[in-house]
Amino acid sequence: MKILVLLKMVPDVVEELEVAGDGVSLDRGFLRLIINERDENALEQALILKERHQGTVVVAAPEAPEVDDVLYTALARGADRVLKVTGLDEELGSRASAGLLAATLPAVPDLFPVDLVLTGCQAIDDLDGLAGPVVAEHLGIPYLGIVTGLAVASSNIAHLSREYSGGVRGRFEVDLPAVVGIQGAEKPPRYVPIAKVRAAMASGRIESIPAGAAAEASLLDVVEMRRPVVAERAEMITGDADQIAARICEILDGRGLL
Amino acid sequence: MRAAVSQVEQFSRPVFYSLPLWLTITFYVVSALTLVVFFVSATRKVRRYRSGRQDPADRPAWRRLPGALLGVFSNRGILRNNWYAGVAHLAVFWGFVGLFVATLLVLVDNDILHPLIPAWTFMKGDFYLVFSWLADLAGVLLIVGLLMFMFRRAVLRPRELRPEPRSDTEFYLRFPIVRLEDWAFLLLLFVAGIGGFLLEALRIRATQPSFEGVSFAGWLLSGWLGDAGVGSGGADAAFAYLWVFHALSAMVLIAFIPSSKAWHMLAGWYSLAVKPALPGEFPKAIPSESGGYARLQDLSRGELANLDACIRCGRCHQACPAAEGGYPLSPRDLILALQVGAKRLLPGPRPAPGTAAAVPVLAGDIIPTSWVWSCTTCLACDEVCPLGIQHLPLILQMRRDLVARGEIGDKLQDTLTSVMRYGNSLSQSPRNRARWVKELPFEIKDARKEPVEYLWYVGDYASFDPRAQGVTRAAARVFHAAGLDFGILYEAELSTGTDVRRIGEEGLFEMQRDKVLQALGKAQFRKILTTDPHSYQALRREYGGLNGDGGVPVLHHTEVLEALLTDGALTVEAPLAGRLTYHDPCYLGRYGRVFEPPRRVLRALGADLAEMPRNREMAFCCGAGGGRIFMDEMPGVKERPAEGRVREAAALTGVVTLVVACPKDLVMFQDALKTTGLEGALAVRDIVELVEEAMGRTQRSDT
Amino acid sequence: MAGAVWVLAEQWRGALSDVTYELLSLGRQIADGLGVPLEAVLLGSGVDGLAASLGVADGVLYAEDPSLAEPVGEHGSRVVAALAAEAKPGAILVPITNVSWDLLGLLPVRLGAVLANFCSDVQVVEGGLEARCLVFGGKMEVRVVPRGETAVFGVLPGSRGADGGRSTRVPEVRRVAAGAAPAGRVRLVGYEDPEAGDVDITQQDILVSVGRGLQGEANLDLAEELAELLGGAVAGSRPAIDMGWLPVTRQVGKSGMQVKPRLYLALGISGAPEHVEGMKDSALIIAVNTDPGAPIFNVAHYGAAEDLLEIVPALIDKVKERKGA
Repeated sequence: MKILVLLKMVPDVVEELEVAGDGVSLDRGFLRLIINERDENALEQALILKERHQGTVVVAAPEAPEVDDVLYTALARGADRVLKVTGLDEELGSRASAGLLAATLPAVPDLFPVDLVLTGCQAIDDLDGLAGPVVAEHLGIPYLGIVTGLAVASSNIAHLSREYSGGVRGRFEVDLPAVVGIQGAEKPPRYVPIAKVRAAMASGRIESIPAGAAAEASLLDVVEMRRPVVAERAEMITGDADQIAARICEILDGRGLL
Repeated sequence: MRAAVSQVEQFSRPVFYSLPLWLTITFYVVSALTLVVFFVSATRKVRRYRSGRQDPADRPAWRRLPGALLGVFSNRGILRNNWYAGVAHLAVFWGFVGLFVATLLVLVDNDILHPLIPAWTFMKGDFYLVFSWLADLAGVLLIVGLLMFMFRRAVLRPRELRPEPRSDTEFYLRFPIVRLEDWAFLLLLFVAGIGGFLLEALRIRATQPSFEGVSFAGWLLSGWLGDAGVGSGGADAAFAYLWVFHALSAMVLIAFIPSSKAWHMLAGWYSLAVKPALPGEFPKAIPSESGGYARLQDLSRGELANLDACIRCGRCHQACPAAEGGYPLSPRDLILALQVGAKRLLPGPRPAPGTAAAVPVLAGDIIPTSWVWSCTTCLACDEVCPLGIQHLPLILQMRRDLVARGEIGDKLQDTLTSVMRYGNSLSQSPRNRARWVKELPFEIKDARKEPVEYLWYVGDYASFDPRAQGVTRAAARVFHAAGLDFGILYEAELSTGTDVRRIGEEGLFEMQRDKVLQALGKAQFRKILTTDPHSYQALRREYGGLNGDGGVPVLHHTEVLEALLTDGALTVEAPLAGRLTYHDPCYLGRYGRVFEPPRRVLRALGADLAEMPRNREMAFCCGAGGGRIFMDEMPGVKERPAEGRVREAAALTGVVTLVVACPKDLVMFQDALKTTGLEGALAVRDIVELVEEAMGRTQRSDT
Repeated sequence: MAGAVWVLAEQWRGALSDVTYELLSLGRQIADGLGVPLEAVLLGSGVDGLAASLGVADGVLYAEDPSLAEPVGEHGSRVVAALAAEAKPGAILVPITNVSWDLLGLLPVRLGAVLANFCSDVQVVEGGLEARCLVFGGKMEVRVVPRGETAVFGVLPGSRGADGGRSTRVPEVRRVAAGAAPAGRVRLVGYEDPEAGDVDITQQDILVSVGRGLQGEANLDLAEELAELLGGAVAGSRPAIDMGWLPVTRQVGKSGMQVKPRLYLALGISGAPEHVEGMKDSALIIAVNTDPGAPIFNVAHYGAAEDLLEIVPALIDKVKERKGA
């Protein structure tokens, strides 16, 4: 079976985020980009399925700083082919970016048809669109998101487990091909040693695919970007551990909680 | 004895006294057979070693031989830390060597010279008297030593001789056989020794040469026999039978040597000769997929020979912080499990490509992975082994294989990702690396922008951990007060990758090393100073050619503090009061061999310095090294190493301060004080905080 | 913008979720500001009775079909898109919940309309609507103006109270055609409820909740000791459950439980929106996290930027003292 994994780079929120001079976007100078966590889970799930069903995994990502490292790492993890869609504007929103991927990838030689398209069910920068549904709609295939369990029953049916709230899960049957939005894989993403990534860099190849269409104009205008103004931030308690603990006890006592 | 002088020519003894000729001939035949058995056994062993990987390090450098010889003859490795076993072994060793030489001399004299060049025979006259006395002395030493050993094993029953099965690997099923073999070795030697004396006593009883008083033991024994009513005729008659028994016991012993731990008599020489000169030298990557050891066949020839040198003394087991705390790992058991594996699987065919799955995997099948991950890389096992067996490189090579297979826990994975992404192991933004500087009332030079004499490499924990940051600031204040010209790399400083290397991620280590060397290349400095022993080890030993040209001095802050105090740049205004003890960090002590500078500093500060029982090379690890500080606790652990260590410090009368020189030690011991409830009894301070205190500065430490 | 304001009434397993009323409250405000009607869109099979509680809306559009019995984004988004293509509402408010997630993703694409996601608020401004959205895990806020005839807004639960969305008024219900159901490419087979845990955290007065800052299962007994002393229970954010420290029945957040205890101690929890939405209505929230910039401090009443592994043992001691006294 053939699985296509779509992944993208997102800002790393471990770093302090700064607003750029234009007041509507992130300052890219100090930005570190990392792979979207759920996309990484999607890749892991794809690799697990590949091992189980002797399939192939193709990874595609829009061009971005440091995406090459991620793609080589995907190769080192076991992906068979990695594609980078180039010619995209860095500031492109999620929707337009997903739309471009959906428009470009079907034309890539030897890629389609695929049995399954896996991608993370959300990313922290999905302001104007979610990649999975955009791609599904474009390809005319079904979509199901927040999936944590995925089993391929036959060449055209998959059994999925989807998360609801309160720990409830839903069991679904989906006709393949389909787009699945992954929340988590069966196992956390496997570790691949740097030595293997370096070997992949030496022997592997990233195929550069120019975007097959112009980006859709975004219908969402960003008027301002800023740190959230919090009406009431927490009253911070300082001191050493004992002093802080004492103050907390005071507060609890005051509310009759002790 | 005086009367004997006139019979000078007759000082001698008959070899094969009273034995019929056919017995003598049989003796030679059986001896020859015994030697054949010995050599066949020995050859099989050597063939097994030769099935290992060829490695240039397996060849002992000639210049190391004198050191090895001295080590063997002095038994210093055994005397260290255990005078009882050391003395016993010394006795057995010299006793055995003496008797061996004696036998050789008899052989040469009787079987070579006597028939071929009778004029050269020497086993007579004064020579014989001295010979006989020495031989008896050797025999007595042997017996006494063996009795000491047997007493220790049977009555004293120390911990390291008792097996403590903690896993269900097949090896433990064989343990009863192993213990029987330990006793067999002792008893065979004992029987041979006693038999020899009895024989001598019988002969003296029978022939009653007046000069044999020199064979004091035999003489004494013959006297007892006489008192017991054994006449010279009776002695004569019994002699032959006892002689056969003694000869047989000796032959069994010889044949026994290659297939038992008695082999250490030969393997030990080699082991000590190939022991690396620098302790803790990191094993080189081998041409395997992972660079580490995936199969037993990946062990080098020298390492396979090394395994057989083990005599199961258990010192490594006793010194190991993992074994002590109840973790799955015991270095002794590791070596023994490998020994058993080697016996069973080698020499075996190298697996053909594609059939690898059929061959047992080293880490996983032969050695449980929990053993491999329990190690803190403290080097105590390699330090203490009297035969120079290197346990740690085997563990490190197995870790390389486990990492290549991706079989590492989630927490470790997060740590590795953190180092790769952020350049530190704590998932902190690298931009915050020098945040600790902000609270200082003075500026610290940026070595990237201006030349400094000392580049201070701060390290991950010292930069980011809130508790360690207080110590880092204290160090900055002390350096500043002493007028030291120093600077830091600010955000350009990165994890040196030592911990990552010891987890088994060699590729990531290399990446870090390249990045750090690049950062260093952009700065201007003459020496490197670090407060972190792990960085110390990396920068000094594992980076090769720092800054390109043959090495920049790398100093630990205790060494610098010592120099500052000696030069008078730091003056002691308020000598320390109270008793304290110093903990040698593994990577500064056993790896770096820096033991005295911190002690000299403490004494210069006026401290009343007490030593813990395990100090200097025998210091007991805090448990953080080898990446263990990044791993989950193992189930079933009885006491964490840091807890054991703080208890050891608290047990010293009057000691209220445990002095450390490593940020990880600080953090581990502070946590241990809480979990052991010793917080009120003992305080953990870094040495630089004490220096600041003794300088009379009243600034409160902000740890 | 011409056109009504629509609110997706979230129906799941036969009941309307609380977030529906939050959206109705918001929708009412927007509709009044624009001077257009507010319609609730209810999808289901045999649930027209639920429409009675949607009285804050002027009317309810009820689409009935067996394929809509349980919310499946594939089907629901097709129906709503078809309805919207005809009625051309100006705004469609959809809650950001696991239940409505797929519909939220598919609807704007199927409708060809703009989406503004992660909205904490939508306001009427000159010329139209402006939304405030929390992106990058809540670390940044953007103000956006959607263009086009219809705009879909993904609204964060808990952005406003539900009271403004409740009313005793019974709205007018209009049945609308669900449209021809295509072959069911996505089929719900059944639900799996989690194994009943020993503790129902939604019923607890006091919760000691742990996140990644706990650093390891070994430290869980600290939280348990504190919880026991205070007479509460241990809960956790997603990482604590993913790492196996706690069962899923203790999870607080979007995929877990919504809790409203008298005391919520957030220990080592960063405060990502998915978690916050599960606990922000707690009466008293005290947070401990080494990162002073963690979003949890925006929702907590009191906070300490320290390591929980230092604070919790001290807190245990102090509580013991107070109780002993």
